Amino acid sequence: MTTRPRTPLRLAATAPGARLLGMGSTQPDNVVTNDDLAQRMETNDQWIRERVGIQSRRIAEEGTLLVDMASDAGAQAVKDSGIDPTEIDTVIVATCTMPTPIPNAAAQTAERIGIPAPGAFDLNAACAGFCFGMGTAADLIRAGSSRHVLVIGAEKLSDWLDWTDRSTAIIFADGAGAAVLGPAPDAESVGVGPVAWGSAGDLAQTIHIRPENGALAQEGQAVFRWATTKIAPVALRAIELAGLAPSDIDVLVPHQANLRIVEAVAKRLRAKGAREDMVVADDIIHSGNTSSASIPLALDHMRVDGRVRSGDTVLLVGFGAGLSYAAQVVTCP
Amino acid sequence: MADNAEILTGLAEIVEEVAGIDTAEVTPEKSFVDDLDIDSLSMVEIAVQAEDKFGVKIPDDQLAELKTVGDAVSYISSHQ
Repeated sequence: MTTRPRTPLRLAATAPGARLLGMGSTQPDNVVTNDDLAQRMETNDQWIRERVGIQSRRIAEEGTLLVDMASDAGAQAVKDSGIDPTEIDTVIVATCTMPTPIPNAAAQTAERIGIPAPGAFDLNAACAGFCFGMGTAADLIRAGSSRHVLVIGAEKLSDWLDWTDRSTAIIFADGAGAAVLGPAPDAESVGVGPVAWGSAGDLAQTIHIRPENGALAQEGQAVFRWATTKIAPVALRAIELAGLAPSDIDVLVPHQANLRIVEAVAKRLRAKGAREDMVVADDIIHSGNTSSASIPLALDHMRVDGRVRSGDTVLLVGFGAGLSYAAQVVTCP
Repeated sequence: MADNAEILTGLAEIVEEVAGIDTAEVTPEKSFVDDLDIDSLSMVEIAVQAEDKFGVKIPDDQLAELKTVGDAVSYISSHQ
């Protein structure tokens, strides 16, 4: 018996790497202050500011859908990138708060933005979702599987809260942020570093949705301990993977979980050589914790108000339920 | 191994750094919550730093039992 010669499979032409081309974000108009929450539950402005650093947050109206926010942020990012929607071939929506698991958010979001028939999928890594999406997108582009990828972090956490539970209702909020990634023409212009990611499934129950009431619950102390001790090493790993030193980081954008966690991560990075003048995102003060949306929301807001400039070296660090975490260094578009 | 006086001094330095409370205020009979007004997240930060400084483990469920500065000193002393 003779063996038929096997035709080797052809693979796509690879790219040197990926870079960020544009960003966008959106938040509901409805501002909810700490005083507003104090009317509904046993809490007060000072208590909330001291524990989580939040002064106000945005909560979507009942009729606003997660895909409305995802589409708005995504369309802005496409416009900011200067490319035509038809050039985007993959859409990733990082989310953990769709009202139902089917259909996914990504396909309908793409349709609304006018991106014809892209590969479209949702990604659930909770608050780390945007960084997981960025890592996936950058590698799709580098491998030649995709040319332009739209990554969106979108959450409507207000649908999943017990509005009488002061341990969660004061923290979480709604919003969406997005980025368009495309191929870097040469090695010098690569603008997304390798992702450092991982998980801690042994701590899965520390942040979960209670089946009996569909409301988010978390073990605050356990999560705080994990985030303030285990996340800085992940950030340092991302810096190392990108071939940089902590002193090269211009801007730190950690997931906006709690201002005290943000400050603890920044402090640990500075102890390892990050600069005192490194800009640290504090978007949580007026946005609350928007899970997968918090990193792109914070970075987009900082671009708009001039705290971050095009070309800055930015460290993104996502962490949350799963527990899961991911970080990478990017160049601000 | 640190003796109780050394543990108290070290712990007071950590409390000062985390919560901005003068080391002289951190005495064994003081309650972390009622007297020193330290919240649960600051207690975690104090525990994490105490773990590093004294080479002990202070899990969250044990941490909740440490009501006073003296409780913490005894715990650290007997778990070194």
